Amino acid sequence: MLDSYLPILTLIIIAVGFSFGAAILSRLVGEKKPSTVKLAPYECGMPPVGSARERFSIKFYIIAMLFIVFDIEVVFMYPWAVMFKSLGLFGFIEMGVFILILLVGYAYVWKKGALEWE
Amino acid sequence: MTPEMLSLSNSPGIFIGVMLVKILVVFMVVMLSVAYATWWERKIIGHMQTRLGPMRTGWHGLLQPFADGIKLFFKEEIIPTQATIVPFLLAPAMILVPALITVAVIPFGPDLHIGNFLIPQQITDLNVGVLYILAFAGLGIYGIVLAGWASNSKYSLLGGVRASAQMISYELAAGLTIIAVFMLSETLSLREIVALQQEPLWGICSFVPNWYVFTQPLAFGLFIITGLAEINRTPFDMPEAESELVSGFCTEYSSMKYALFFLAEYANMIVISAITATLFLGGWSAPLNWGLFNMIPGFVWLLAKVYFLMFCFMWLRATFPRVRYDQLMRMGWKVLLPLALANVVVTGLVVVVLQ
Repeated sequence: MLDSYLPILTLIIIAVGFSFGAAILSRLVGEKKPSTVKLAPYECGMPPVGSARERFSIKFYIIAMLFIVFDIEVVFMYPWAVMFKSLGLFGFIEMGVFILILLVGYAYVWKKGALEWE
Repeated sequence: MTPEMLSLSNSPGIFIGVMLVKILVVFMVVMLSVAYATWWERKIIGHMQTRLGPMRTGWHGLLQPFADGIKLFFKEEIIPTQATIVPFLLAPAMILVPALITVAVIPFGPDLHIGNFLIPQQITDLNVGVLYILAFAGLGIYGIVLAGWASNSKYSLLGGVRASAQMISYELAAGLTIIAVFMLSETLSLREIVALQQEPLWGICSFVPNWYVFTQPLAFGLFIITGLAEINRTPFDMPEAESELVSGFCTEYSSMKYALFFLAEYANMIVISAITATLFLGGWSAPLNWGLFNMIPGFVWLLAKVYFLMFCFMWLRATFPRVRYDQLMRMGWKVLLPLALANVVVTGLVVVVLQ
């Protein structure tokens, strides 16, 4: 267990160290001449109007919701795929039923227009 | 004495030493590849557009990556007053770190036999290797969303929101696509997947290896497309779309933090190429079972495949215009997802019938 995950932990430490190290070093040696205009959000040279955090299209939320549902179903298929050959026909039919239910949901979502981006 | 796998229990000192050497070598190779991928891309696209690309720094611009790096390093760091500081500072690392650590499970050669030990040429052989890759690929999205949101600029936010919807849509299709590969391999360990691909093609043709690109051509094509969309490369570079969103989610970033985004983009390209090469193109194994080819060390083949795929990605960038966002989402949900699902069902059917 530790054999497999110790290298990953080490690599994470190195990668994090590299990212923050580079950013911090560059902050220390870089120029510093801040001004109000320079620190304003970029809006093609115009004074920024209002905050950026306004409401955006509902479609993005729908996509996020659909993603969670479908991704969990995809994750369910991983253990099945690894065991597939030993499960044989029984496993195939069982997963067929699962995929069929998934497809009914998918067809419903499609019919309701949740996948439309006009 | 039969050789045994080097592990933490039989000789901790050597294990840690070997681990550190492997990590440093892989890290250096990835970083150098990232640096030179930027030069390589500018050269390729330059020549494809009948320009020369970078020529001034060193021979044919070979020192360009270092010049760029040094320049960005000494630039002024700007933190916009309206930005939310903590996520703004965290975001570049949150994109780069997952990209850099995903290479840990990519095998780059057969087990080395040194003394009494077998040393796998891979940083670590996880039995859930592919799940590990998917998990960290998913984490990369947080970085982009955070960068877009924390900058508090309209362009950044639009880029971040677009990126998140695009990446999760295509992650779904990518995850579904590679299931077909595991149905054949029956393992999630990349080391074993490469070993399985060295067997004779379809069990008969001993000259050609059994690469999964031959048994799963549709999955290969789908994975390339979804991979391109997940790493936000042209023709799916909506999150950065420089002609409409300035620079998308990294508009407000400057200096080294911008460089980290840049590094992450190319590191992701290397990772996707390495995963594609490992899952479909036989990883480090030679393309033909032939004496001379088998003499070339594994990492050379892996790098050759990775660089070839990266060349194809750059070629695509020089060839295709950016797709529209509605086209992108329609393709992800209405074309790629059903195709991937159908591929799984057909693969299952064929395997069951052959049994």
